[in-house]
Amino acid sequence: MHEMGIASSILEGVEKELRLRPGSRAITIGVRIGQLAGVDPDALNFAFEALTLETPLAGLKLEVEYVAPRSVCRGCRLEFAVRDYELLCPGCGSLCTDRVGGDELLFTYLEIEEPDSAEPNSANTEAVEAQTK
Amino acid sequence: MNRVPMEGKVLNENARVAAELRERFREHRVFVVNLISSPGSGKTTLLEKTLENLPRDARVAVLTGDLQTENDANRLKRYGYPVKQIVTGGTCHLDARMIEKHIAAWDLAHLDILIIENVGNLVCPSSYDLGESAKIVLLSVTEGEDKPLKYPSIFFKSELMVLTKTDLLPYVPFDAELAVANARRVHPEMQVVKVASLAGDGLREWMDWIEKRKQAFLAEFAEPAIPG
Repeated sequence: MHEMGIASSILEGVEKELRLRPGSRAITIGVRIGQLAGVDPDALNFAFEALTLETPLAGLKLEVEYVAPRSVCRGCRLEFAVRDYELLCPGCGSLCTDRVGGDELLFTYLEIEEPDSAEPNSANTEAVEAQTK
Repeated sequence: MNRVPMEGKVLNENARVAAELRERFREHRVFVVNLISSPGSGKTTLLEKTLENLPRDARVAVLTGDLQTENDANRLKRYGYPVKQIVTGGTCHLDARMIEKHIAAWDLAHLDILIIENVGNLVCPSSYDLGESAKIVLLSVTEGEDKPLKYPSIFFKSELMVLTKTDLLPYVPFDAELAVANARRVHPEMQVVKVASLAGDGLREWMDWIEKRKQAFLAEFAEPAIPG
């Protein structure tokens, strides 16, 4: 169970991004997790909810894109998602393929409400800043 | 509402400490392996045979992790090398912070190899970088050949699979070739060594693999040859 540490690291990333955008309110944070990263999306969501509860970031949604490992064919250079650890290139049938991902743990996007569109007192950057001071 | 792209890895505290450890190991040229397997796959027995077969002047140290007891450290101390038990008290894996704490009293300048025996568990240890040079997974022939498919993460991240207890092959319905094929479905470049630690089979190949991999680690620091 290390999902708690990962959730807290995601929140640090959100807070850092919000500090660059004063007055903005974070709605959704998107992350990409490889199926071989050893991170369980349900456990991560649970940890994320527990950590944001009753904080300025309460209600922030975590969207996990859980991706299959990918390989590249050495013959035809096709990049393809690997299903059930099948190594054959779906393009040319070659067995010579290289794994190029599957254990990633990356930020992808942050969805925010910017100051002009949000109610002034709904911005959570000030609250985040106050908390981190 | 506005969607702004974000880049970068989600780093956690463990990754940060592991990166610091790796830097220290590299600075002192310490080759570090992290042994991972289910409980009872033969990590400690392989380690005993490893220590027994090392040259007398080898500069090796061992960290061994378990939820409770000093039993493994006591088994391994008999070989005369520095050994420390990490008692996790219930935690199902070793993390970088535990390694940092337990090597604190050792002078890395006097070490060439550090062997870390992780807690017996095929799941959680795969997610914790310990700053090692290589992860090694053990699979014993009394387990299922499909373990690499059931627990792909650790097989994906390990350079070498050691198939252990091969002297039991005549007595168990284990298809060694299928096990290797399954491991390579998850990780096509997986290297394989087959050993029977108690009977002694395959130990030479295992020791050779460690030595070769250590040389590859050291070669990363070699000065490029000056032509002429």
